[in-house]
Amino acid sequence: MEFWNALITSWPTLVKGLTVTLSLTALTLIFSVVLGAIIVALKMSKVRVLAAFATAYLAVVRGVPLIALLFVIYFGIVSIVKVDAFAAAVIGLSVHSSAYVAEIFRSGINSVPNGQIEASRSLGMSRIATMSKVVAPQALRVVVPALVNQAIISLKDSAVASFITVDELFMSAQRLSAATFQPLTYYAIVSLYYLAIVGVMTYLSGRVERYFEKRG
Amino acid sequence: MINTASLTTTPRVTITGAVKKFGDTVVLNGVDLQVRSGEVCVLIGPSGAGKSTLLRCINGLERLTAGTVDIDGARLEYREKNLNHMREHVGMVFQSFNLFPHLTALENITMAQTRVSKRSKADARERGMSLLDRVGLASKADSYPSALSGGQQQRVAIARALAMTPKLMLFDEPTSALDPELVGEVLQVMRELADEGMTMVVVTHEMRFARQVADRVVLLADGGIAEEGPPEKLLDNPQSERARSFLSQIRSDD
Repeated sequence: MEFWNALITSWPTLVKGLTVTLSLTALTLIFSVVLGAIIVALKMSKVRVLAAFATAYLAVVRGVPLIALLFVIYFGIVSIVKVDAFAAAVIGLSVHSSAYVAEIFRSGINSVPNGQIEASRSLGMSRIATMSKVVAPQALRVVVPALVNQAIISLKDSAVASFITVDELFMSAQRLSAATFQPLTYYAIVSLYYLAIVGVMTYLSGRVERYFEKRG
Repeated sequence: MINTASLTTTPRVTITGAVKKFGDTVVLNGVDLQVRSGEVCVLIGPSGAGKSTLLRCINGLERLTAGTVDIDGARLEYREKNLNHMREHVGMVFQSFNLFPHLTALENITMAQTRVSKRSKADARERGMSLLDRVGLASKADSYPSALSGGQQQRVAIARALAMTPKLMLFDEPTSALDPELVGEVLQVMRELADEGMTMVVVTHEMRFARQVADRVVLLADGGIAEEGPPEKLLDNPQSERARSFLSQIRSDD
């Protein structure tokens, strides 16, 4: 009974945190897709310096824990210009996620058989037209479901932003738990929130996969 | 009267001293070959002889290690712009069709027309439909490749290449991936194309096609031309030991 009470009374506070978490996740997704596309383009570039830069970027970003990356960015940027914690969190999460998004793009591109590229090129299609009209549409069926999965990971990763004082969902639960001395109750409740959103996203990802299957 | 003899002796393709190595493996070892305008040239030979590689070197899908390719007197260069321009006029048909699976049969044929040849959508559609009609698949215009048989897919692939108004068509084992009962429909389309005077270079194992349609058969072996000549001469009365042994092998397979 007490739990249900807590669930209902915490609703206004947690919903505020939830909107911050959702915007954090949405912005991370957008920026990491842009960054990931740039990185994969560099990685596949014939200019060696650019490819080497992309390789180094991937190695560093994947080799550093998210929380360390977040701290370095937050305190690093704050020492130069004043930015709020939310912006630092978006940057940190986006950079972190972009490495995985780049790999998703790369495996999507590699999933398209070479014969497709040869057929397109043999028609006189340029490299760019081949990429946008032949490779990308076919890579999507691999990329989109993996991107939804990456979005789920980013959503859960965004809880780490509470360490740099972003008032997101997890931070709201922390506050409630500290104020009431009922950590179990509020961490259980906040877990339900995450679970519910991930459930919705998983459902959507299933819909997306079925859409691509139907298109054969 | 037009002097047709001089027309048909114009070289459309001139390959000189073609060498192709993959690492240490020498696939082509200095091949010279000319294909005249309007000629149907069939490349045969044992697997690994370099037939497909030679074909793919003509439109630059493979880069020659040494030697040159000229198409209508223009030297093949590997810069993006040159390649795109040359390929616009050189059609290619692949063993595994390589239709674009995310596009319908008609869209497969119209895409490069609008993107490369800058035709209007309506023109491209009209040309696409007339080509589909020509290969007997007008009713399949809106079907996706996955809904077509292998033979139908290959006929769409031929129409796709023809849509660019090529002056040369390259066929890389166009019937090798087909079920036996579907081979005939594809060869029929190719035969009609040859009758209309298309310049064609065809890698194939179909000896009947070579005999009936080819103006010249070229037997490649060990990275070089072992023998070439008119089909009846090369197939029935080969001069070289290499040609005799290859032909006796494929006969015993029948």
